[in-house]
This record gives sequence, C-alpha cells and structure tokens, in this order.
Amino acid sequence: MTDAAIHVAGLTKTFGPVTALDRFDLDVATGEVHGFLGPNGAGKSTTIRILLGLLRRDRGEVVLLGGDPWHDAVALHRRLAYVPGDVHLWPSLTGGEAIDLLGELRGGLDQRRRAELIERFRLDPTKRCSTYSKGNRQKVAIISAFSSRVELYLLDEPTSGLDPLMDTVFQACVRDVTAEGSTVLLSSHILAEVEALGDRITIIRDGRRVESGTLTELRHLTRTSISVATVRPLEGLAALAGLHDVEVEGTHARFEVEPDALGAVQRWLADREVLALTSSPPTLQQLFLRHYGERLTEDEVADVAEAAR
Amino acid sequence: MTTDTLAPPETTLPATAGSSELTGTVRLLRLAARRDRILLPVWVVSLGVLWLASVASIAGLYGSEADRVQYAVTVAPSVIARAFEGPIFGTSLGAILMTETFGMFGVLVAIMSLQAIVRHTRLEEETGRAELVGSAVVGRHAPLTAALLLTFAANLAVGALTVVILLAYDLPVAGSLLAGLLLMGVGWSFAGIAAITAQVSASARGANGLAGSVVGLAYFLRAVGDGLGEVAASGVEVSSAWPSWLSPIGWGQQGRAFAGDRWWVLALFAVLAVATVAVAFALTRHRDVGVGMRPVRPGPAHASAALRSPVGLAWRLQRGSVLGWSVGLVIAAAVFGAIGDEVDAFLETSDELVELFAQLGGSEVLVDLFIVFLMGLLAVAVAAFAVQGVLRLRNEELAGRAEPLLSTAVARTRWMASHLTVVVAGSVGMLLAVGLAAGTAYGLVTGEWGSRFTDWVLAAVVGVAAVWVLAGLVVAAVGLLPRWATAIGWGALGVSLVMGQLGALFELPQWVLNVSPFTHVPAVPAEQLEWLPLLVLLAVAAGLTTIGLVALRRRDLVT
Repeated sequence: MTDAAIHVAGLTKTFGPVTALDRFDLDVATGEVHGFLGPNGAGKSTTIRILLGLLRRDRGEVVLLGGDPWHDAVALHRRLAYVPGDVHLWPSLTGGEAIDLLGELRGGLDQRRRAELIERFRLDPTKRCSTYSKGNRQKVAIISAFSSRVELYLLDEPTSGLDPLMDTVFQACVRDVTAEGSTVLLSSHILAEVEALGDRITIIRDGRRVESGTLTELRHLTRTSISVATVRPLEGLAALAGLHDVEVEGTHARFEVEPDALGAVQRWLADREVLALTSSPPTLQQLFLRHYGERLTEDEVADVAEAAR
Repeated sequence: MTTDTLAPPETTLPATAGSSELTGTVRLLRLAARRDRILLPVWVVSLGVLWLASVASIAGLYGSEADRVQYAVTVAPSVIARAFEGPIFGTSLGAILMTETFGMFGVLVAIMSLQAIVRHTRLEEETGRAELVGSAVVGRHAPLTAALLLTFAANLAVGALTVVILLAYDLPVAGSLLAGLLLMGVGWSFAGIAAITAQVSASARGANGLAGSVVGLAYFLRAVGDGLGEVAASGVEVSSAWPSWLSPIGWGQQGRAFAGDRWWVLALFAVLAVATVAVAFALTRHRDVGVGMRPVRPGPAHASAALRSPVGLAWRLQRGSVLGWSVGLVIAAAVFGAIGDEVDAFLETSDELVELFAQLGGSEVLVDLFIVFLMGLLAVAVAAFAVQGVLRLRNEELAGRAEPLLSTAVARTRWMASHLTVVVAGSVGMLLAVGLAAGTAYGLVTGEWGSRFTDWVLAAVVGVAAVWVLAGLVVAAVGLLPRWATAIGWGALGVSLVMGQLGALFELPQWVLNVSPFTHVPAVPAEQLEWLPLLVLLAVAAGLTTIGLVALRRRDLVT
C-alpha cells in the first residue's frame, strides 16, 4: 500500500469502559477526496486525532503518508494541515495572527493564497478571536490550512458552522488543492457535502467501518424519495416492484423507490399525467435506515435525520 | 414561498414588565447554587478559618493592655504602618484586630463576590450557556438577579461566621455584630460593582480584571487616606483623611467596630449596593447577550515575527500575567524594604513577635530575620505565578487550543518548553526585581547600601530553587495526572505557604515543615549561604520536570 495516503487496519481505541474504535479500517488513496461519514459520536474525530498523533492507539495498524502518526508526528505534520470541527483559538490574538501562527508552525504559508482566501471567505483578520462566531473561527482554521501547500488535508466536519455561501467557497478550495494533487480526508455527517466533493466514502458507526466504496456503488444501496401529484388516480401504485413506504391519497402519493425500479416507475407515472413531482436524493439517513434500520436506536434516528436535514 | 401574503397580521405582544423580567430567577438561583456548592462553601469556610487564626494570633501577641498600648503608639504615628495595615482607633483587643485584619478580609470578600457575579453572568454568556437559558422561560433580569442573590447569601454567611467567631473569643457583642455587617457590606458593594463591570466589559476576563482593579483602587484610596491621617492627642487613635471615605474597604474600617461602633456607616453600603445594582439592571436593558459595552479594538491583520514561534505565543499568552505579577511584587517589595528600618521599633512591641522571628533563623539581628521572612513570603508569591504559568499548559489543553497547535510541526516537548521558558525566565526576573526593589527602598530610607543591599537581593534570589521545585511538581502533575493538575498545583502552593513560610509561626513540628521546599532554602542573610540544599532543590525540580515532559509525550491529549 505504498501509494495510500492513509492506511488504517484493525484500529482499536478505548477510553476507560467506552470503546470508541473497534477494529476500524480506513484506506485513502493519494490524490482523492475521501468522505468520512457517520453520525455524531461514531468515532470520526477519534480516528482523526489518532491520525494526528494526539491520541495513542491501543491496537491496530496506522500508516499516514508512509509514516507512523505517533512517532513521526512532527515530520508528518509538516506535510499535512488539520481543520478541527470545533475550532478553539486564543481569545487575545486576532484572526490574522492565528492564521499566520498556525501556518508558520506548520512550515510556512503562501501569503498570496492567504490574502485571496481571506477575501473569498470575507473574514476580517483584524478582529480578536474572542469576538468571532463559530463560523468565523472555522474560517480562520480553513484559511490557515489551505494557505499551506501540503500533501494531506485532514478536515473534521469543517463546514458545520459555515453558511451555504461559504460552503461553496470551501468546496472550491477543496477542488483547488486536489487539482494540485493533494489528498483530502473530509469527515462529515452530511451526505450532500461529501457527495459534492468525494471520490470515495467510508461510513463509520459505533467505531466500526460499515460501508466503503465509491458513491455510485453506494447509491445502489439507497432509495430515492418521491412525492407526486397526478391528474388521474394512482390506484395500483403500491403493487409496483421496488417501491417502499407507499402512501396514496387519490391523486397524491409519497413513496421510496429503489434505483433499479426508477425507470419503470417514471413510465407508470407518466401515463397518469404528472402535475407536480419532487424527488429527494438518497440521504445518509436512508443509507443508515436501510442497512441498520432495526438496529438504530430512536436517538440515532433523530440524530441522523437532523444531520441529513 | 409565498407565506408573506398568508402570514397572520402581526400581533404585538403586550410589553412585559416588572415581575415577568424576573421569571425563572428562583430556578436559576438553584442552578447557580448547585454549581457553586463546593466553591462558595470553601470560600466561606476558609475565611472562617482565617478569622480563627487571626483572632488567636492577635490575642496571643497582644494579650496584655501594655502590649496593646505599645503596639498602638508604634502604629499610629507610622505613615507606612497605617497605609499598609489600616487606621487604629484604640487599644482594645477588638480595635487592634480590626486594624490588623479588616483590610485583608475586605479584599478577600471583594474578590469572592466579584468572581461569583462574573462567573454566573458574563462567563455564562461566554460559554454560550446563557443563550440556552435565555431561550427558555427566563426573564431578562433573572440571571443577574440570581447571581446577586447567591453572592449576597455567601456574604451573609461570611458575616454570620465572623460574628460567631468574634463572639466566641468573648469580644463585645455590639462590635462583633458590626464587624460582621461591615464585612458583608464590603462584599455586597463589590457584588454590585462587578454586576456593572460584567455589563461593560467584552469578556469575563475583562469583567474580572476591571472589577479587580476597582478593588485595588479601593484598597489604594484607603491606604492614601489612612497614611495622610492625623494622630489624635491620645497617641493611639488616628483620624483618616478624606480619600479613605471614597473606598468601600475604607468605610468598613471607618465603621470603627469595637472603637465607637459607627452604625450609620452601614447606610453607605446599602446606598452603594442599591445604586450599583440599579445601574447594572439599567445596562442589562441596553445590551445584547454576549456583547460588551466597551468595544474591542481591532488588532494587527498579520502575526509579527516575534509571535511566529511557540515561545512567542507562550510569551504573548503570559505576558499580561508576568507584567501584572511583577508590578505587584515590586510594589510590595519596595514597601517591605522601606519599613525595614522601622522593624526594630515595631518588633519590640511584642516579645512573642521577637521570639517567632528568631525561630526562622539563627541570627540575633532582627532585620536579618525580617529580610528572610519577607523575601520568603514574596518567593511564595512568585511560586504562585509559576504554578499559574505551568497550569497554562493544562488550560490550553483543556480549552482545545493545544490541539490545533500540536497538529502543526510543533513537538509536545517544544510546546511545553515554550511555556516553561516563560515561567523560568519570569520567576528569575521577578525575584531579582523583588530583591532590587526592596534593597533600593531600604537603601533610600536608611542610607545603608553596601552589604545590606546585597542581603536583600540574595535573600530574594535564593528562593528561585523552591519556586522551581513547585513548578516542576506541576509539570509532573500535568504529565501524569492531567485532570488533577490544577488541584495539585494550588494545593502544593498552599501547603508550602502554611508549612514553610508560616509554619514557624504556627509552631508546627520540623518534619511537617520539611515538606515545603521553602523550608530548605538557606535563610540568607540570617544564616550562611549554603550551596548543597540549593543544588538538591534544583535537582529535584529538574527531575520532576523531566518526569512531566516524558509523561506528557506518552499520553493522550485529555480535554
């Protein structure tokens, strides 16, 4: 696995009685954007902290850029940048100072890129970090990270405080660095974000890898939600193959459809003269429900539902 | 979305006023009391213990009327003693007790009160908890009201405990009652003042700092007023000048408990407390949650070259603390140096004092012992800075700010070393400044420079070995027992103070005294300068630091 940016196998980490990671596997190829998905508390941040050498693994194999994240931490950190999900900065420093400090300690940053990113993210670098909102603190970390030209970006829910406009800017940044050949590990609990950027994704739940592959591969496992209104009644819809959770009320219906049945359903609906149709892409929630529906606790369902919006 | 046209006509909620602005106060008060269930009782009990110790020591030192008269005639004409301790109003035991202790207790209850207010208002906002609370059914004034009620209750407890302790020592009933009420009044006043600073400042730190400087100003004003006061014909009474009346701490002393009992002074506290609380409530109405009234100035958009390294960052984070401690220590050292000349006259007022000082070292020369005692005391203060400085590491880790830093190419040892550099250099610098300030002040007052000057400087600087042992202990704690590091650090400092510096006064057995690193610092100039104990202390400090560094390199970051 020489060309892998990250190779994790059988990684286990416990905190007292709690098992955060249980024989977890993760493989990220060099140059790809790898989506790292899972509900809150699944072990995403723990994995990233182990990759950063902030936490020590109990068991398992971890190779990061060909080195050991615990023993070679300093050398590896020159080659990577990290954006935490919850950015904590020094209240008395300004945003600009924090950007420079973190960049400089990483091994230097590109001042032109820094200026450009501050402009694009609309950050006021003269404000004290104590006055920044969560989103603005996140911008500081993001700008500092992307101003450094490194091989690997470890991004832990980097956009959780950004507004949609800034989200777009962030996505452009990720595309810029991958175009230059860098690797990105993007942790998120929002499938849409990963969908927009990711080449491959790994799904983690309860500290274990439950799914890994390209988005197309995984989308086969998901269903599309459709809500439709037609001129003629929708009798007989429930009898079609590949449909689930069908609710029909005269000329209105809501249902979920498997990818393979999508074409047939479309044709069937067309005969009944469609007045309005909304289809929602598969969400992380459904991905989870589909595979683990019975085993998900109510809290987890609520959690995932909220995360998937 | 076309909800605009469908929206119901806007209804104006009836303006809520009066009681509804206080909705939820009781629940918030219970929450605040629960969160402080350890902290405030510890404050109250500690103050009680301090009262017990103070009354016992004063009663022991000035047991006879003759001792007290001699004390009074020494203190009353001394400008420095008046400024440093307080005005004297008579020769009863109670009067001397008030002179000696009320200023200190006033400052302590002020600190307790302002911290409690800021903790339950401004800090709550900063952590975002207030927003959560504010969105629940809670009136606008409820959080501040709850904080004030809790703080008032804590002061009531302090006052009541004070009265009980004073009565237990058979002091007059009226004076005891007044002393407790005066102390409570000081606490209430500063609670009100902190309620205002919590509205004005942009952060909890700022609010604490601003309120803290008001406490400092109050202490300074009364020091000026008492220093400028006039000695009455009796020779044992002082009437303070007007600046004392600008300070709540001054009011407490001018209440003259046990020496005339001016009950009407309590009205001043009542007026101040009501006025400050009213202002704070008015300000609450004009302020958004989380924002201060004093705007934060913009800063540089780029990091200076000096900031772009771990040491640069550590200095930036600690420089305020270094400068603050330095200024306070230098002022204290200069005052000590200046009164060094009066020490003979002062100590002679009590045979017990002479005896106590003699236990500190072998010398017969009182000034030597005085130098040892005071420079040792300031070394403990420098150790407090060192403990605080090393605990920065833990606080940075706890606040999640170590994580982004250690994710860059900064090794953990380098990060630790950066803060330790500030602590090591800061403590040496402070002790040197302390020695120089005390020696210079002594020289200016007495005209004696030469060997006396070196005595002061040396007595201060040898303390660095003990300071570093404590710092090393905290490094080891941060490495090995991060969750307990704060408690261990401050606990060790307290133990060192009681067992080392004050231990001789409490007449503790030698093996207990030996626990404190300060006990092993050579008592220069009362004794010869011996190198062995210093080298042993330095070795212990180095060993503890190494343990801490190695342990931190091997463990998880713990938040």
